[in-house]
Amino acid sequence: MKPFLNFIVTIVVALILSQFLPWWSVMVAGFVTGLFFSLKRFAVFYIPFLAIFLFWSVYCFWLGNGHDFVMAKKIAVLLPLSGSPYLLIIVTGVVGGLAAGVAGILGKQCEQLVKR
Amino acid sequence: MRFFKFGIALLLTILIFFVLNTKLGSIPPIGKFLNPVSGIWQNDAEETITGNIPIEGLVDVVTVQYDSLLIPHIHAQNDQDLYKAQGYITAKHRLWQMEFQTFAAAGRLSEIIGEKAIDFDQLQRRRGMIFGAENALQVMNKDPKTLQALEAYRDGVNQYINQLDLNKLPVEYKLLDYQPEQWTTKKTALLLMYMTKMLAGGDSDLEYTNALRRFGKERFDLLFPDFYKVIDPVIPADTNWDYITTEMPVTPESELLPLDSISETIAKPHPNNGSNNWAVSADKSVTGNAILANDPHLGLNLPSIWFVMQLKTPKHNAMGATLPGALGVISGFNTDISWGVTNATRDVLDWYKIEFKDASRKQYKYGNAWKNTTVRVENIKIRGAAPLTDSIIFTHYGPVTYDKNYKGDNEKSGYAMKWTGHIGGNNQLTFLKLNEAKTYDDYVNALKNYTAPAQNFAFASTKGDVALWIQGLFPNKWKGQGKFLMDGSNPDNEWQSFIPQKFNAHVKNPERGFISSANQHPVDQSYPFYVFNDGYETYRNRVINDFFRDRAKVAVADFKSLQNNNFNLKASELLPNIFQNMDASGLTPEEKEVYAQIKGWDFYSEIDQLAPSIWDLWWTKLYDRVWDELENKDVALDLPFTYQTIYLLINKPDDAFMDIESTPEKETAKDLFLITFKETAKELLAWKAENGDYRWSAYKGTYLGHLLQALPAFSRFDLPIGGDYNTVNAASSNHGPSWRMIVEMSSPPKALGIYPGGQSGNPGSKYYDNFVDDWAAGRYQELLFMQDNQNNAQIMATQTLTPKK
Repeated sequence: MKPFLNFIVTIVVALILSQFLPWWSVMVAGFVTGLFFSLKRFAVFYIPFLAIFLFWSVYCFWLGNGHDFVMAKKIAVLLPLSGSPYLLIIVTGVVGGLAAGVAGILGKQCEQLVKR
Repeated sequence: MRFFKFGIALLLTILIFFVLNTKLGSIPPIGKFLNPVSGIWQNDAEETITGNIPIEGLVDVVTVQYDSLLIPHIHAQNDQDLYKAQGYITAKHRLWQMEFQTFAAAGRLSEIIGEKAIDFDQLQRRRGMIFGAENALQVMNKDPKTLQALEAYRDGVNQYINQLDLNKLPVEYKLLDYQPEQWTTKKTALLLMYMTKMLAGGDSDLEYTNALRRFGKERFDLLFPDFYKVIDPVIPADTNWDYITTEMPVTPESELLPLDSISETIAKPHPNNGSNNWAVSADKSVTGNAILANDPHLGLNLPSIWFVMQLKTPKHNAMGATLPGALGVISGFNTDISWGVTNATRDVLDWYKIEFKDASRKQYKYGNAWKNTTVRVENIKIRGAAPLTDSIIFTHYGPVTYDKNYKGDNEKSGYAMKWTGHIGGNNQLTFLKLNEAKTYDDYVNALKNYTAPAQNFAFASTKGDVALWIQGLFPNKWKGQGKFLMDGSNPDNEWQSFIPQKFNAHVKNPERGFISSANQHPVDQSYPFYVFNDGYETYRNRVINDFFRDRAKVAVADFKSLQNNNFNLKASELLPNIFQNMDASGLTPEEKEVYAQIKGWDFYSEIDQLAPSIWDLWWTKLYDRVWDELENKDVALDLPFTYQTIYLLINKPDDAFMDIESTPEKETAKDLFLITFKETAKELLAWKAENGDYRWSAYKGTYLGHLLQALPAFSRFDLPIGGDYNTVNAASSNHGPSWRMIVEMSSPPKALGIYPGGQSGNPGSKYYDNFVDDWAAGRYQELLFMQDNQNNAQIMATQTLTPKK
């Protein structure tokens, strides 16, 4: 149950914080949920990772899909990702997920420190 | 252990944050850049062009209607609101570009892109770009009408910047990780300097000085004659100049040219910057309405240098191409008149040798006395590095561009630049007045105080009149003055006066029924003031004038066809001579095939032909071989112009210049033809093996490069467009017709226009490059010239700017 709760809370917190914090709001979300909904082993990383991966990639898809991915296709040439907007969505999701996952680990370690 | 784990996690978190939040080399801060909330995904959208927007300081409501091409039609009630809205709307679609161009003008690109722009920035400062902009601003500030408009425009741009949601910042800011600063009236002055440098910032004085020393006067004059054998000047050759009463300056007896040896000179503007314009009077028009056309040839970039707008108040109503950063329409029309500009280059930039009294450089010799210098300390900020400070010495001539700190090594001398671009002028007012002009007299009045960059202003009116004034501030020089480096210590060498404005060459309703200009010689030798070849174009203008001479009456369809005309007059003047004189008997079968392709050519540089590619490469090689004596020397030398090169190849085939220095044989023109043909065939066959047929469009590969070093993702490549830099359709690989306009002066006027780009500056917009294919194919858009603000079928959205309470 805990992983699922962590997953949902990470997304909700990230969504709220993104309204007034820069991109690293997802790191704060990962950290906070890691602190309060402590997970075990590898889940400490991959639950927040998956949460933010989902949040960002769905949001990206929604933004680009309504506009034929005109910009996404060009950024996918710039980076370079052979012009594929879908690859760009995946990369974006991984970037966000990575940031949140690492912050999740930090949250967990922080909780371990405070516990005693 | 817990502390250790915590430490590791903390380090890892900080590392990830740092990597994703920092611009590393050319890689943008990837977390900031890609996240969907504030990154580039937010730019995958169109601008909002509906609704109400409160704007501070508006007097009245302004209606902005967008037609299906995203051209804004601004309906304001007064001038102040109009220019405020122009600033606001331009910024809305072109903010990054308009700011970037003024950074470039001011030599501030290093602030944005770092060390790689230092050389560019330093040269901008040493040219006195900011000095010139400040002088211009001083003059503009003295005119209440200009000042009010400049400030309104500034406020409009800043209102946009201040209400811009940072999540929606143009993508280039996100890529380079910086933010826009506030717009100022000085930035408009800088933008005008940017154009002045582009169009009137060239000269060859130092290169000519080197050539004169090396080859002597007789050979120099053969290479660089003041006038060519055949010219078809802007102002018709039979013009009577008797009304000019000015006393002409005479060469001072004390004139002594300093024959210095200059190893390296500063970068010059693109040699193909130029344009076409022409107009036919009512009598020569099929419909009985005068017709005018204009197509400025500039570097082909995205976002385009032009932004099309309609600017309307109850008192005036103008439409056409605007320059983001400058006010009003630059090339366009209003209810009564139309106008178009081409570059009227003239030698308005001279160099004076300065002798300092001592190494402190506080004084320099002038006559029998010493004059004081001033110093301007330029502080060039560099992103990611310590700033560079450059102290530039100023004399009464202008900045000492070349000195011991810049391309020179002499502690006690330098070269000072004297340039009309530095003399302050109100060149913005000319365009404000043209937007309002109703008659020929209004047009002439609008031009009067215009100084630089000098332009051929074509004019046509609904009354059926056509005219052309060559307007700019021109020094009145003695024959030969300023063609070479001058001695700055001799006061006799000063520019003595300027050509009185009323004596600037012009023509109104000539008998031939048309006016035209294509950067050729402004006048023939009968014009009393001294003019010499300043790199004048010699092909487009003759094709244009012959086109009109051959036809009794013309219509808009003829104008379209002429703007897209790819007849290669240059090739047609040399190739027959080559075919006659070159010994083709020893060619291999493969070479013979290539030779047959060019021999069968009709001299039209069309996209599907092979011959234009052969010609292009062959001519490049031939030109280089003719002038091998001048290339890769220890001093800076300019190569003679195309026209004179072809003249020599045909008329002096045995001249010593035809010899290739590095071979023991004595080559003549026909040897060069054969040698370079064989090289051409070899290279083209190799090209073919790699890329397929060398059809002209594929071989030329015309492209539109994004302003930021032609970032491939935001550029367009391999555009199928014919022509080369000497055809009327002057499209070379990255340079050409940056705006094509045709206006028939009916009431109201009917206009066609197109440019290689689109109205939006956002690479993520569908309107970023939607004109490109039509432009390449020679098609036009009908411009919607609205007479009122009633919605019609072509209007896709309306936005209202309302006074903020």
